[in-house]
Amino acid sequence: MSRRLQPVAALLLVAVVIGVPLWLVVATAGKSQGEAVDPDLTPPSTWHLWENLRQVWVDADIPAALFGSLLIVAPTVLIVLILGSMAAWVLARRTSRFTAMLYALGISGIILPPAVVTVVLLLRQLGLAGTAAGMIGVYAGIYLSTVIFFVTGFVRTIPESLEEAARIDGAGPIAVFRRVVLPLLRPVLATATILICLYVWNDVFYAFFVVGGRLDTLPLNLFQVASAGLYLNNWHLIFAYVILMSLPLIVTFAIAQRKIISGITSGAVK
Amino acid sequence: MTILQNGAPGSITRRTHPLWFLLPAYGLLLVFFFLPTVFNFVYAFTDWSGFKAAINPVGFENFEQLVSDGTLFRSLRITIVYAVLVALFQNVFGFGLAVLLERDTAVNRIARTFFLIPVLMSALAVGYIFQALLKGTELLAHTTWTVVVVALIHAWKWMGLSMLIYLAGLKTIPLDVIEAASIDGASRRTAFWRIRVPLLAPAVTFNVATALLGSMNGFDIVQATTGGGPARTTEILNIFIYRTFGQGLFAQATTMSLVLFLLVALMAFPVIYVLRKREEVL
Repeated sequence: MSRRLQPVAALLLVAVVIGVPLWLVVATAGKSQGEAVDPDLTPPSTWHLWENLRQVWVDADIPAALFGSLLIVAPTVLIVLILGSMAAWVLARRTSRFTAMLYALGISGIILPPAVVTVVLLLRQLGLAGTAAGMIGVYAGIYLSTVIFFVTGFVRTIPESLEEAARIDGAGPIAVFRRVVLPLLRPVLATATILICLYVWNDVFYAFFVVGGRLDTLPLNLFQVASAGLYLNNWHLIFAYVILMSLPLIVTFAIAQRKIISGITSGAVK
Repeated sequence: MTILQNGAPGSITRRTHPLWFLLPAYGLLLVFFFLPTVFNFVYAFTDWSGFKAAINPVGFENFEQLVSDGTLFRSLRITIVYAVLVALFQNVFGFGLAVLLERDTAVNRIARTFFLIPVLMSALAVGYIFQALLKGTELLAHTTWTVVVVALIHAWKWMGLSMLIYLAGLKTIPLDVIEAASIDGASRRTAFWRIRVPLLAPAVTFNVATALLGSMNGFDIVQATTGGGPARTTEILNIFIYRTFGQGLFAQATTMSLVLFLLVALMAFPVIYVLRKREEVL
């Protein structure tokens, strides 16, 4: 394609493929209820965006759902990063057949789908059904494999001599891990944090089984109110909700774009 | 370092890299991932339901029922068709975008950013957007073509990720390889299809495998656009599991969950093997 035509084609593609759906969200979220019944691409005759955002914030009780989401996302990320890195470090440094087998087992969860139905039964037996702790455990079980995969690969690129220096100074494994290894893992942990935040923040399927009806998260709340009578055909409120829910991720992305992009791609192409 | 690894395996690493570091992570994996999976193999053969407290073994009754009423193979077929379509669309779009937006110009950087927005959005939200956008058309109400439309929507959400990975793949190809080709008289078109595209094999492996296996485990987009309809023609396995679980038919839901597990496990090995093999040939 010629150099003059390419920018035009690129911008046109963005406008049609991404611009149109996003405009539908903003335009519909800005409409009154009557105008939004049949969502289309016409701009609202008068803008009610702020009003709709406020209404959905109050009516759908977004603060509670936001609290639920944070209550689950933050500990999940912390747990999988720390426990996953600990395991990955040892798996990367020990080269026996046994650890190779453990590694294969540890990363199998990247591909294999979790057993969503029986995990509910298990959580009941553990007394964790419908609790944030149960949900965190389930997410940890699902996403530890991602962390183990990324971090093990990364540790193998770090020369072991860096650890030895500390070891000669008398540092035990915990001190070596905390003071030497963990700080070196920062780039790969940033990647893993982004990926896991993305998955957990947006998840509705696993949340439905584990905490559905007991604890609200943002996607679960959107799902419930959008399927329930309250929001049926209230597209202006559904899309106001979509804006509120997507904003934190899009703002984070806008700020840390470069890091996020290099992070996401680093694991994929070797 | 080599001495540490080759001489007397474990004798030194036992102290410097103790196995108990694995315990917390593998404990969580065992309880919250492997144990439920083992339960899948047990409770698929029971009459577990929301209607009574006792759980009794029933042998293959759940499978027989799901096979005889056609649900099992229909759901399997729809899931596989859906996954293949998603993998195809997502990779074609992602590759096309990567090639179109490859040069590092200001316009291209902005365009790439926009194509990443759907990746960040919740799949549920994406589903609602397209449900609204396609309202009034027949596209989400056709018993043959709706599955294709939903797969296109799924690909729309994730094509930005495939684009990123193809872009990274294109960047790893050393410039001198392409220069050498042009010195040897290869046209730009030939250099592109015969040299650059084959060298993208690792990116293709990753993209096809994640798209295929990820969409087999899909739920949100289908649920938010069609809910499995019209006439259950887009009811992939997870939609069935969600629906029957909601009806209190836990054993049937577990059976399908086991089917999904086996499907992904069985597909994962050949898919990754074939794609890896292709890499080696190159």
